[in-house]
Amino acid sequence: MENLDALVLARLQFAFTIAFHIIFPSFSIGLASFLAVLEGLWLSTRRQVFRNLYLFWVKIFAISFGMGVVSGVVMSYQLGTNWSVFSQVAAPVIGPLFAFEVLTAFFLEASFLGIMLFGWKKVGPGLHFAATALVAIGTLISAFWIISANSWMQHPAGFAVLADGSLTATDWWAVVFNPTFPVRLAHMALAAFLTTALAVGGASAFVLLRDPDQPESRMALRMAIGMFAIVAPLQLVVGHASGELVRDHQPLKLAAIEAFWETRADQPQSLVGLPDREAGKTHGEIAIPGVGNAIQGVPRDQVIRGLDSWPREDWPVVGLVYWAFRIMVGLGLAMIGLGVWGALCCWRKGPEANRLFLRASVLMAPMGFVAVIAGWIVAEAGRQPWVIYGVLRTRDAVSPVGAGQVSASLLAFLAVYAVVFSAGALYILRLMNRGPVPHEAAPTSENRAPGAALAAAPGEEAP
Amino acid sequence: MDLPLIWAALIAVSVLLYVMLDGFDLGVGILFPFARGPSERDAMMNSIAPYWDGNETWLVLGGGGLFAAFPLAYAILGPALYLPLMLMLLALILRGVAFEFRLHGRRRGKALWTAAFAGGSLAATLAQGLVLGGFIQGIRVEDGAFAGGAFDWLTPYSLLVAAGLIAGYALLGATWVIWRSEGQLQADARRWALASGLAVAALLAAVSLATLLIHPRIAVRWGYEGGAFDLAAFLPLSPIPLLGLAGLAVIAWGLRARSHKAPFLGALLVFLSGYAGLAAGFFPSIVPYDVTFRQAANQDGALGFMLVGVAILLPVILGYTAWVYWIFRGKVAADAGYH
Repeated sequence: MENLDALVLARLQFAFTIAFHIIFPSFSIGLASFLAVLEGLWLSTRRQVFRNLYLFWVKIFAISFGMGVVSGVVMSYQLGTNWSVFSQVAAPVIGPLFAFEVLTAFFLEASFLGIMLFGWKKVGPGLHFAATALVAIGTLISAFWIISANSWMQHPAGFAVLADGSLTATDWWAVVFNPTFPVRLAHMALAAFLTTALAVGGASAFVLLRDPDQPESRMALRMAIGMFAIVAPLQLVVGHASGELVRDHQPLKLAAIEAFWETRADQPQSLVGLPDREAGKTHGEIAIPGVGNAIQGVPRDQVIRGLDSWPREDWPVVGLVYWAFRIMVGLGLAMIGLGVWGALCCWRKGPEANRLFLRASVLMAPMGFVAVIAGWIVAEAGRQPWVIYGVLRTRDAVSPVGAGQVSASLLAFLAVYAVVFSAGALYILRLMNRGPVPHEAAPTSENRAPGAALAAAPGEEAP
Repeated sequence: MDLPLIWAALIAVSVLLYVMLDGFDLGVGILFPFARGPSERDAMMNSIAPYWDGNETWLVLGGGGLFAAFPLAYAILGPALYLPLMLMLLALILRGVAFEFRLHGRRRGKALWTAAFAGGSLAATLAQGLVLGGFIQGIRVEDGAFAGGAFDWLTPYSLLVAAGLIAGYALLGATWVIWRSEGQLQADARRWALASGLAVAALLAAVSLATLLIHPRIAVRWGYEGGAFDLAAFLPLSPIPLLGLAGLAVIAWGLRARSHKAPFLGALLVFLSGYAGLAAGFFPSIVPYDVTFRQAANQDGALGFMLVGVAILLPVILGYTAWVYWIFRGKVAADAGYH
């Protein structure tokens, strides 16, 4: 415990770097699939609108993907630099999952990204479409392995503890397909699709507020509405299933999410309030008595464990988990509302005719990212103090590295990520502000040099 | 089956591939400040843009593979080389985003990301050199954990190794540009290759001598012990320095004959020789000089599980990587305009 400061700093650094990183995969997973659909539609219908949309969104994809790659390299080293004990303990079981992620996903994405961005005129349209599809598949494979590893850490399975205290895998199938994995993978994949649909819809709505007849943006907004109108309600179902797994496997996390302080039957359902970990109660709480059990899907007379049934030092930061969950669910409900509204607009005069809906779409554009980060805070802060649930505590997992080194690197990450994020956001927003154009530039024949990016076509933008 | 040995070989090969592949694209970044103007810089960047991400993935495989196959080594090396590894990661971020950001920045933005690409490439190489130097000079281990200080890696020796790596990546970058460019840029790249080639020859000799003098353990391997020279120990290893000399000769000949491809091939041979020379010095240590690869290896169950995947996937990866290189073969136009 003498290394407490270094532990807190290492946790801050991990939380910051991984929260920063997850923004980009959330966007790339959805955007890569969107691009594959657009290119497929273009090849099958030959309608210019799909080609223009592809060439527009691929530029934004390239920026976002690049930021995801470089912030992801950090993660593959940070386990060793900052969490060396975790690495040693976990490697016999989940080491192979990380190795498979690199082998099945990262190489696929990185190699075919080159074709996707720079091969427009180098390969035929069929091969180019295949490259886009492979990048999209790669992003999903990557999600498969990383969610599998994370789910294993949330609910370890298929392993045994050897005499010397180290872990060993006894059943690889049980390790990879651990009990919470399938639902959590679906939850994350849907979250990525939802996040992307909101961003695409919001960017298109922004253009339509200025120019309601812009054909590419009209098409993209309809596609986005179609996506989130279906996925948002589906996500509620999957999210609820994920919640039931938390109830069954991580009762302490559930108690923090719902601020169940007391172990009792007939729990109240807290809506809002300020949980106070020290006082062990929620200030200014608005709660509905008598429905907490029903929402958790258990009979009213069944006892649900409250925080009081664990030692206080094992409690997660209740207020953080409680509020992150409410932000996630609140935004999810707003997304469902936006989907219903959008579907009604499409059915009547068209979404571009309703300026209020367009404004709401712009407002909701970044909310998928907020919901994703909030959801991950619920998952990761909610399972503390464990890094491998029930097996290894976070405080025992940290590297023997001094607080000075960790704070220096944390400051450097804060500074570098602030610059990189600002610039990336600026360039993406600038492109979104410009919007797709009827003859979105593709590389010309004289511009076919290796590396002549789609974004590099001459005369496309002011110098 | 000797799974730890197979995995040691696999990790060694992926690190070698990383050094050779990302080496040339980092080298192009190091040479950025020497380019005549914006169109030359654009052409240099164009020549590596489709590849850099795939090249860097070998680094992720190196890190992820070490975690998965030799967790003890991963857990000792991370804390031991904390600061240079962090410097490397941050520098790779800055130069990695520059590929896209340079396209979108206007005047000041483009200048900023041009500088970030050059500076990030140089800093990442410096950091890798310090990691390598700190690694070769040995890491203090007690009870299976790093037991040294925060700055153990910072010595004159590690700085010398870093200088050698910077020159080496610059040589790879310059010879790559010779291969992929024409005209003025190619002529400039020949001069860069000559300068960096001379620097590499000098620094390689200096690093070799320093290693033998500072690390008696390695000197014994090469047949040098207590002032006496044992030819019988040296002979089996002699192809390694000969390969390096051959590489330098190929570069020199290629530059004289104005060959487009030979200098790059020669530079790869020099790297292969340097890499093999180092490996011969510390094998079978994976954390020099206290932990062998067998001690650090993961359980056979995990290694076997991964090997099944590698046997299927690695040939596929090498196949499509080679295909992508082939798709983008040929010269990059010096005036390939960006905006």
